[in-house]
Amino acid sequence: MDRFHEKDISGCGIIGIMEQSGKRFSGRDIITSIASMRERANGLGGGFAAYGIYPEFKRDWCFHMMFENKSAMVQTEEYIRDNYKIVKDEIIPTKEDKSIKYRPLLWRYFLQPKEEKKKLHYDITEEDFVAKTVIEINTRISGAFVASSGKNMGVFKGVGYPEDIGRFYRLEEYEAYIWTAHGRFPTNTVGWWGGAHPFGLLDWSVIHNGEISSYGINKRFLLNYGYVCAFFTDTEVITYLFDLLVRKHKLSFEVAADILTAPFWDDIERQSEEKREISQALRIIYGSALVNGPFSVIVANTNTMVGLNDRIKLRPLVAATSGNKLYIASEESAIREVCPTPDEVWMPKAGEPVIGRLKGKNG
Amino acid sequence: MKKESKVFRINARGLYYKELNEKVHQAVNSGTEELVLDNVNGQRYIGDGLAGDVKITINGVPGNDLAVFMDGPTIVVNSNAQDGIGNTMNAGKIVVHGDVGDIAGHSMRGGKIYIRGSAGYRTGIHMKSYKDLYPVIIIGGTVRDFLGEYMAGGLIVVLGLNRERSQRSTVHSPQKKIKGYGLPTMDYRLVGNYCGTGMHGGTMYIRGDIEDYQLGKEVKKFRLNDEDDKMLGKYLKEYCACFSLDFKEVMDTDFVKLIPHTHRPYGRLYAY
Repeated sequence: MDRFHEKDISGCGIIGIMEQSGKRFSGRDIITSIASMRERANGLGGGFAAYGIYPEFKRDWCFHMMFENKSAMVQTEEYIRDNYKIVKDEIIPTKEDKSIKYRPLLWRYFLQPKEEKKKLHYDITEEDFVAKTVIEINTRISGAFVASSGKNMGVFKGVGYPEDIGRFYRLEEYEAYIWTAHGRFPTNTVGWWGGAHPFGLLDWSVIHNGEISSYGINKRFLLNYGYVCAFFTDTEVITYLFDLLVRKHKLSFEVAADILTAPFWDDIERQSEEKREISQALRIIYGSALVNGPFSVIVANTNTMVGLNDRIKLRPLVAATSGNKLYIASEESAIREVCPTPDEVWMPKAGEPVIGRLKGKNG
Repeated sequence: MKKESKVFRINARGLYYKELNEKVHQAVNSGTEELVLDNVNGQRYIGDGLAGDVKITINGVPGNDLAVFMDGPTIVVNSNAQDGIGNTMNAGKIVVHGDVGDIAGHSMRGGKIYIRGSAGYRTGIHMKSYKDLYPVIIIGGTVRDFLGEYMAGGLIVVLGLNRERSQRSTVHSPQKKIKGYGLPTMDYRLVGNYCGTGMHGGTMYIRGDIEDYQLGKEVKKFRLNDEDDKMLGKYLKEYCACFSLDFKEVMDTDFVKLIPHTHRPYGRLYAY
């Protein structure tokens, strides 16, 4: 814990832009937008998630890796080679930026799991196999970190202001249909490359402003399902909760939101009988997945982008649409920076998700 | 002898907030009485600690803590505003033609905030009056939860105009030609829950009714008396003039009054 700075008045900044038609656009806008919220960050973390950036490898699992040293890379590659066919691997292209002083070795791998290895794990799905790999690397190999592990998507993050990180990774050269960005003001954990947001697992990415006071309960709940929270970050917990509820338990985002930001018992009392029964059941079954504390998050996967606030609105969140584009951000001005005249601008209600869906897909 | 004041324009596009605010302060210090800031987008603290008889018109969306510690000037925002407008404001007036974000009028102890559209959560939190200072917030649309939380003095009025607009409205009137000056979710509910939680001073007038469950434990609902009507009329007339609204039409609906039933809600909390 060596990077504590004097406390500034600040809070993280988040923004997500989704083109719901699936049309891809360059990373220029998201950099401009997050740069306008520079005050919300303090240079100790910035990052981006981008969906649709590797169409030529869209069937392969893409691992964005950070290695602190060469031996971490050697160990990781050995582990990967054991379990996967490496379709392609290369250094993640970057551009020198004088504000970014330290950088780990950044490498990406396009992978296909080996059938015979998958079979060793009785009835495991391919997703579970990949998730297991990610958690193994993150917890077992010192100095190695999987920043993202989805298909046709990637997380680009590091220690620095987000706009510098974005230029460093040359994001204006990529095209995606969902971009999310985060400017970090670390409060509870140190600013390090892996700890920057977004947090990624499979095709999930999560960016987050705030803190989760239910961290301990959520972490223990997740452990029952094989999720090991290794990084002491709130973002990790939220990512695993969405993975569990939406991917594994096949719940809709609306229901997932009703679990994470469940209505108060008082409000449940006033619901219609039908709704009340559902709400009560969810609170009983998933009580330990309730997320408390002040937060606003943007969660994305291949087909969806979701913005969500805590139940009593302790962090800012604004949404807007323009044609097929959905914007969700900490500040309205961050949206207007790249979309001066949106069709609609609104403040989502606390605990009610704003959901963007890829046209023709059920998110 | 005052010289005829000229309108001083600043193009705020791309200006960092510190630069912009320095320019505003310089202009005011050198005697400018009317400023127009164009292409504002997200710059924080505009009008911070500014005193005097100055009018500032803002075109674009100003950043957080607009008019923080302001002590006299009038600020007119021709679009939406973000979180924390009028934070700890002492005197002056803020007129917003669109909507505002959360904690409008946070700890405000004097001056007026007139909002044509809707307001977010915790509007008027901790506002208080002091000697002859009396803060007033009037919201034309609706407000979310925790209105007047810990309120200690002053006046909050919620009008709930344009509620027929659905939850998500599109274009809001004052600048029809400019696309996208919308009301953020127009809540179909006039006022959110936990209204007046911790309130121990001041008054709220709500145009329409509010359910008992929406009220904080410290607040009670009353009918307006003659004095209330006078008070409401005084500020509403000024409000209506700001936005070219028909005062009579606005007064056409019954209001309820919310006041705390104890001025020391937590007085016995730690006493044995």
